[in-house]
Amino acid sequence: MAGIIKKTGDSAKSADGTQTSIVDGRQHLLLLPAWLIIGVLLVIPVLLMLTYSFLVQDFRGGVIWEFSLEAYDQFFFDRGLFGDEPPSIEWTYIGIFWRSFVQALFAMIFCFLIGFPTAYFIATRPQKSRAFWLFLVTIPYWVNLLIRTVSMKFLIRDNGPINTWLLSGGIIDEPIGMINTSFAIQLGLFYSYLPFMVLPIYASIERYNFALSEAAADLYSSRWMTLFKIVIPSVRPGIIAGCILVFIPSLGAFLAPDLLGGAKNFMIGSLVEEQFKGQAGDWPFGAAVSMILLSIIMVILLFYARAQIRQNDGGH
Amino acid sequence: MVNASERIRWYPGFREIALLCLVILYAPLIIVMIYSFNDSPSITVWKGFSFVWYEEVFTGPEAERFKQATVNSLLIAVCAAITSTAIATASALAMIRGRRFRGQAITFGLINLPLMVPEIVTAVATLIFFASIGFDRGILSILLAHIVFCIPFAYLPIAARLQGIANVYEQVARDLYATPGQTFRLILFPMMLPGILSGFLLAFIISLDDFIITNFVKGAGVETLPTAIFGAVKQGIKPNIMAISTLMLVASFLLVTVAYFISRMGDQSK
Amino acid sequence: MRKFATLMGAAAMTMSFAQAASAEKLTIYHWFEYIPQELLNEFTAETGIEVVMDTYDSNEALLANLKATGMGSYDIAFPSDYMINIMRDEGMLDTFKSSELNNFDNIQEQWLNVSFDMGRQSSVPYQWGSTSFMVDREAYSGDIRTSDIIFNPPEELKGKINVLDTAGETLAFASLYMGIPQCSNDRSQLKKLSAMLEGAKENWASFNSDGAKDVLASGDVAAGMIWNGFGAKARAERASLEYSYPKEGYLVWADSAVLLKDAPNRDAALKFMDFLLEPEVAAAITNYARYTAGVKGVEEFLDKELVTSPENNPPADAPAGTFVEVCAPETQALYDAIWTQLKK
Repeated sequence: MAGIIKKTGDSAKSADGTQTSIVDGRQHLLLLPAWLIIGVLLVIPVLLMLTYSFLVQDFRGGVIWEFSLEAYDQFFFDRGLFGDEPPSIEWTYIGIFWRSFVQALFAMIFCFLIGFPTAYFIATRPQKSRAFWLFLVTIPYWVNLLIRTVSMKFLIRDNGPINTWLLSGGIIDEPIGMINTSFAIQLGLFYSYLPFMVLPIYASIERYNFALSEAAADLYSSRWMTLFKIVIPSVRPGIIAGCILVFIPSLGAFLAPDLLGGAKNFMIGSLVEEQFKGQAGDWPFGAAVSMILLSIIMVILLFYARAQIRQNDGGH
Repeated sequence: MVNASERIRWYPGFREIALLCLVILYAPLIIVMIYSFNDSPSITVWKGFSFVWYEEVFTGPEAERFKQATVNSLLIAVCAAITSTAIATASALAMIRGRRFRGQAITFGLINLPLMVPEIVTAVATLIFFASIGFDRGILSILLAHIVFCIPFAYLPIAARLQGIANVYEQVARDLYATPGQTFRLILFPMMLPGILSGFLLAFIISLDDFIITNFVKGAGVETLPTAIFGAVKQGIKPNIMAISTLMLVASFLLVTVAYFISRMGDQSK
Repeated sequence: MRKFATLMGAAAMTMSFAQAASAEKLTIYHWFEYIPQELLNEFTAETGIEVVMDTYDSNEALLANLKATGMGSYDIAFPSDYMINIMRDEGMLDTFKSSELNNFDNIQEQWLNVSFDMGRQSSVPYQWGSTSFMVDREAYSGDIRTSDIIFNPPEELKGKINVLDTAGETLAFASLYMGIPQCSNDRSQLKKLSAMLEGAKENWASFNSDGAKDVLASGDVAAGMIWNGFGAKARAERASLEYSYPKEGYLVWADSAVLLKDAPNRDAALKFMDFLLEPEVAAAITNYARYTAGVKGVEEFLDKELVTSPENNPPADAPAGTFVEVCAPETQALYDAIWTQLKK
């Protein structure tokens, strides 16, 4: 504490004199709570998790403090049921990651296909109805995710309203089996994160200068050519932000596979959950899976950040 | 001219897709709402309108459990929202009104870190942390975990608001010999208030909403509303769950409406 | 800022106050839908001790969660036979003297000297029953006295089967079906078991334990593994369901209330165990959960239809039920691997 006070005292002395700010000399003090809370309760825990991923599993939960690469070995290599066969690549977990990846990707694409036209449509409404539309799209975002997932489960189950109506309408003879399929998971992810796609794209389109579209039209650009060559590139930051906001939570989703997918096929989220709250109780392995997921996401975000920096540089 | 530019902005099918989007977003919720008034223990057969499941929520055998869970949820959400809003306000002041400093980018990343780390990873890390230091799991452990991920949600609207306020107001106040404390209390704080309020509401709703992290860090016998609902739903969707869902829907709706008008108020006062 | 600090201080006080509101509290960790809330309320009314209950859906989840939460948070849990052995080996159980329980003599003879707790030093019997499966007779009218229904289903049931999401029981049930030992180290046997399950999984709709009753009763699936009492409750909601005692064998289990190590309120825990040993209470649990009590003198309080219920009365030609066995840790690791492989 003393160190911080001394430091802030120093910085007040070195004020450049052109402008004083009310936070002069208190800057670090004001940031201290955020540093402390996030540092102690998120950064340290993640580092601890990294450590745990290199320890030995205790039977059904907990760890033995001995260094081991067992968790990562289990993830990447298959040594047979008895662990004595020559190692080959273990496709089980890579497959789970791949499946989660593909489902997150499709969720992202579907969200974009519905979300972009919606965002565009809202952004081109007159000021007054625009606010109302935005309000309508925002509300589901604030409804508890669990409740939204449960609602979807209720809607698509074999004896749920959709099948009941279709059956009583004579359109189908057998209920359509939607629940407990990867289609259901896909639908659940799409439904859960759709608002995440609409809002950032909307924010971008709202700032888009429609004079550009008009200029393009004057130069005989077709409507769709204008959309793909002018509008979409201009609002790209919003689209990328929306895609990331859908993709990342979809990748680690737990509720959709558990409630809609019948817990039959693991996705990353349920695989991790199983190690801690479920039956497997393999903490180092759960920590390793989490670390791998976190690394992948950090790489994606890094690319995103670099692309943004490059775009900003190019813009000047 | 207006017509021409209107026509250029228009794309065939976009209106229909936007309407479809609303239908997709609302259909499941509205259907659950309707069925929560179903006068039948079987959830799929419609037997007429009744409040019987709402009665069940408040007086049934599980009423006490859900009541306790609601109290816990609200208590945690209020405390987490107050704390994270205060932290976020302090951080926003330092980040936006302070001079550039070394590590500013890292600090910005740190504040937003809870948004970037997937929930399940945060949940695992926090569980391991609490388990390894032997921290007693209970309401307090849930609250601490919630404060962390509420900070960025509170920070974003507050920072956005602060960025929109020109700093001449503070300059004038300081020139008139107001202390920094007075300047903040009498000038800046009232101007920031709409941002602070919407940050608070965001944090509040996010905390109420959380299931995954809470499920990992909750202690023996402590439930929040989402974990209690999840436990019940695992055994099948019963009509009383639909009634609870509808009540939560209405609550979220009211909260968002309040937040919406607060932000409108803020925009007009600018 | 000072105002804020005061506010937080007040909030923290409210919170610690809320946690310590009632002087006497008992925290139990119980299977889901196994005890009526009314009984817990009755216990509170009798003793002034508030009962807080968390629930789990498999013996393995109970163990994993106790390890994650740490000892000293729960007073009582309700593991099945084999899990009691595992928990004792893990040092998770406390012991008591029979004299500490007023109703100790109410324990039925057959459940007093059991292999998993000789002389009942850490546990008192709760309910016992069997694990098998149910079939919706409207969907399938053929022979159901075979585990083929689950592992090699007829055409009508394919894709309409729910399996219990419990590693221990489901793998043991599959071993019975294949006629192999439950704790096999034999390479070819284990590979066959794994391959059989992988193939059978193609025909399964879901893994669900807490929802096992609901998926059957609502008609989401036409066949599903289930515990007998839970199955009786499913039949009450859908009369066309029939519980099977397959010829390949089925599982039996005996759940007990165990006193956990470092129980925060050991006295209250013992009082609660005494409460559970009262015939009227045990019967009320049986009437609710539809299993069979391990307490003397319950008969006069039982629902009449339980005496003849098909779920509780195996047909004369049914084989005897088998208990889940505890495997050595190295062997258990193999079964865990099969389970993970199955659920990938």
